Amino acid sequence: MTITTSAGDIDRRLLMDRSVAGRKAFTLPESDVPAQKLPDSSFLRDDVELPEVSQLEVIRYFSVLSQLNFSIDTNFYPLGSCTMKYNPKINDELANLPGLADIHPLQPDETVQGAIRLLKNLQDDLGEITGLVGVSLAPLAGAQGEYAGLLVARAYHESQNDSARTVAIVPDSAHGTNPASAAMAGLEVVTVRSDDQGNVDVENLRELANESTAVFMLTIPSTLGLFEPNILEINKIVHDAGGLVYADGANLNALLGLVKLGDLGVDICHSNLHKTFSTPHGGGGPGSGPVMVTDELAKFLPKPVAMKTDAGYVMATPEMSIGAINGFHGSFSIAARAYAYIKTLGLEGLQSVSENAIISANYIQAKLRDKYNIAADRYCMHETVLSATKQKKRGVAGLDIAKRLLDFGIHAPTMYFPMIIDEALMVEPTESESKETLDHFIAVMRQIDDEIDSSPELILEAPHDLPVTRLDEATAARKPVLRWTAESNFLSS
Amino acid sequence: MYPEDLKYSKEHEWVRLNGNIAEVGVTVFAQESLGDVVFVDLPAEGTEIEQFSKFGEIESVKAVSDLFSPVGGKIVEVNSSATDSPEVVNEEPYGTGWLIKIELSDTAQLDTLMDAATYQATLD
Repeated sequence: MTITTSAGDIDRRLLMDRSVAGRKAFTLPESDVPAQKLPDSSFLRDDVELPEVSQLEVIRYFSVLSQLNFSIDTNFYPLGSCTMKYNPKINDELANLPGLADIHPLQPDETVQGAIRLLKNLQDDLGEITGLVGVSLAPLAGAQGEYAGLLVARAYHESQNDSARTVAIVPDSAHGTNPASAAMAGLEVVTVRSDDQGNVDVENLRELANESTAVFMLTIPSTLGLFEPNILEINKIVHDAGGLVYADGANLNALLGLVKLGDLGVDICHSNLHKTFSTPHGGGGPGSGPVMVTDELAKFLPKPVAMKTDAGYVMATPEMSIGAINGFHGSFSIAARAYAYIKTLGLEGLQSVSENAIISANYIQAKLRDKYNIAADRYCMHETVLSATKQKKRGVAGLDIAKRLLDFGIHAPTMYFPMIIDEALMVEPTESESKETLDHFIAVMRQIDDEIDSSPELILEAPHDLPVTRLDEATAARKPVLRWTAESNFLSS
Repeated sequence: MYPEDLKYSKEHEWVRLNGNIAEVGVTVFAQESLGDVVFVDLPAEGTEIEQFSKFGEIESVKAVSDLFSPVGGKIVEVNSSATDSPEVVNEEPYGTGWLIKIELSDTAQLDTLMDAATYQATLD
């Protein structure tokens, strides 16, 4: 029998499919305590299917899986709105110092003075960067920061005996989390339109803002990657109606050292540390979404907030706090990484982060605008939203272009968002990438456009060169297979 | 693509009138824009709805969208094959992919909708 070469193949079997009865990855030591009988052993089952594999097989399985991962450490990752910038490794190194990594959230404050001081300094830095000096690091993600900020807005209105304010006005271009957070905070969501330039329709907002307005939620720069030129007028309309202005700081990456949200009249904002301040995202998380407010609103912040007293640093509860929104102090190790990032760069460095993010996005936009429609064809901020409508008329949708990019080792841009733009491809290169990488992306995007006429099947059947080719997303959603059984046979499907 | 005997709303739903019973579905444009439909959420039979109000949700691999009823009245029938096999909405949006049947409260409502040519003109 001849054995075929297989060094390039990937063993796709799941751990369960590698199971051999009786094989195991461990040897339990002899028990050195007397055996005890369980009071009730009826819950013990022996009909549960678990993989029986050796330690080496487990190591190989997960090592290969990790190599299939597509990450910013391996590839260009222009996933719009997610800010997939490089996370400097020094952040991890500093956050792993024993004095930061080996402490416990239940330790008395006086034994973790350095750690609380770090949180206080980070609060102060975020206050300085946003111009909103009341800061709580408690929220564990951007959406939780939104939720906390909206609860602060409600608590403020209630403290003014103004509890009839029950409406959150949200632009139609907003992240889906905005209306969701507002609904969770007990507010009624009213949508304000965008105008043909991608800005908030100021006249529509004027009609909607009234004595029931609790808060207006503005993403700045907007999800179209645009600075809102009417922000001062918008804030005045909302304030004149008695409402507060909430800024979704998901896109703060474009504003560092350039604009302070507080100076523009914003009352409340959040920042995703895992975007702007270069800490791990999602599965690499945990996330962190500090909420920043004006001095006047600081007394409502979620607890705990790091404060300096004569007796030292303490984790304290603001006077009229909305309470705790989760356990403990927020994502401490993420705060430590963000602090390392801010201190490494300093004010000048942070400013050049935003400048370079803006220049990179505009460079891509300028080099592609003859081939692809631009959602709003003017200078963008840190990201540009392309619209593949011209390509779709020629038979290739935004989804197909996104899939084809994978063949060139480029992660797909954010697709079909914001929903007000047809065939949206939202490209955020971030400040991390070299001009060579941007030029490569531009050349690939132009080539894909050419391929529509010369060899459309290359795009429609993409990706060709990845371990997994085009997925049947519709069947996966209509008939999901949610658990392994001996009959599942994932390999054949 | 847009049958002459139907009426259309700007939210991309169509109506087919049989007596005072209006059959409602989404247009070819809607199902093409949505992409593969994977889930349809429809109200219970007997529900009363107003014209242009939300009556359900349609989810595709791209996004979740609200469904707005082009006419008002009482829902007398809900298409279970659309909820059981959402692909029929892509395959036959004017046929087996219909969504609900409504007993019209007022047939004059149809005058506020578009004919095929007018609807098609809004898409260009």
